[in-house]
Amino acid sequence: MQTIPINTYNSPAVVLELIYQIKIKDAMTKDLMTVDENTTLRKIQNLMKEKMLTGIPIVNGKHLLGIISVDDIIQALDFGYIEDVASKHMTRNLIVLEDDMPISFAISYFDRFKFHRFPVLNKDKELVGMITNRDITNSLLMELNKAVANLEKKQTFNKDKKIINQVQSFTVKKHDFEEAGYASTQIKKFLKKAGFPAKIIRRAAIACYELEMNIVVHSEGGEIIAEFSPEELIITANDCGPGIKDVNLALQKGWSTADEWIRSLGFGAGMGLPNVQSVSDDFSITSSEEGTCVVSTIKLTKQLDKEV
Amino acid sequence: MLTVEGLCKLKGYKCALMTNIDDPITGCYTGDLLSDVMGNAAEGDVLITIQAHKNTIAVASLVGIRAVVLCNGRTSPEDMKKAAKEEGVTILETKDNQFSASWKIAGLLGLK
Repeated sequence: MQTIPINTYNSPAVVLELIYQIKIKDAMTKDLMTVDENTTLRKIQNLMKEKMLTGIPIVNGKHLLGIISVDDIIQALDFGYIEDVASKHMTRNLIVLEDDMPISFAISYFDRFKFHRFPVLNKDKELVGMITNRDITNSLLMELNKAVANLEKKQTFNKDKKIINQVQSFTVKKHDFEEAGYASTQIKKFLKKAGFPAKIIRRAAIACYELEMNIVVHSEGGEIIAEFSPEELIITANDCGPGIKDVNLALQKGWSTADEWIRSLGFGAGMGLPNVQSVSDDFSITSSEEGTCVVSTIKLTKQLDKEV
Repeated sequence: MLTVEGLCKLKGYKCALMTNIDDPITGCYTGDLLSDVMGNAAEGDVLITIQAHKNTIAVASLVGIRAVVLCNGRTSPEDMKKAAKEEGVTILETKDNQFSASWKIAGLLGLK
């Protein structure tokens, strides 16, 4: 026998709340086709065909007497009593649900019994509906949809709130290889905490690290400014000179002015600015003897699929 | 599937710092220039290099490199080990040069 595939002690609260919140009367089919006990099985068979039903309740007014299912009809055809009235062959010993019960009851009933549908009665024992697995699936899907939409809304809201209008700045000193990488590590941690996808974090970290290293290796010192908004991260690297003689050359892969000492530390591959350019959505550079300013923009909401 | 732990079992490779031993290693990159590593290495790689200093760990962490192999008998300074521990990057040391290390690790990755 199949059992419910979720448990009730560590499933997400939103799901558990739903199966207890949704009442059977919210999920059941209310528009019922019923017949009285003197209806022939032949007539019931035709009704099933016409209305595409697999089971019809037999009633006396609002009082449920029994059910005739497709199986009963097949039996009747097989043994030749299809012209008999319903009262002679209907299933009388019925398991019923109450309309005020949560659908968790219905779910466990479908687990415990082999029936495909259960009649639903109100407090006065009147037949008010029928419930099938399909009804449960539909109502759960609809309610889950609403619940998840609410959760998503909340999440975006929180994220926006956390990230909006944040500005962080970091001082970067000349030839300070000890502290180098601090700004990018901080920015990486910040984005990770805010729940951004790994690919975006990687791009932001690479851009920031390369710009930081450029200041350490090539300049008299400077700063990294990171401006966060819900849409984008703008990383600005300013230094105090001496400036880049030929910016176009500096943007070429493999072109470097680094000396042997810098290279021995693992820098000066001539990949710094090209790396920044390739991970940025927007990139600009201006340079004079007074200093160099590089601005790299990483979009935080769009182009999630841009590969590095 | 090669894991960090599997890498540490390589003969002649000393484990200077071991973390996250169950992390899978899916590729390898060999290089001594960190910007080149940063631009070209992939997440899940092991990095083969002679750059035995803290900045190597910073780059490894940014790219998602799981382990760093230091070649030619170079050893890792204390601040490098400390950074590696914080960032969850394993450090191995070997007398092999980068070519031999790359060849052996290619074998572990099933690439030859």
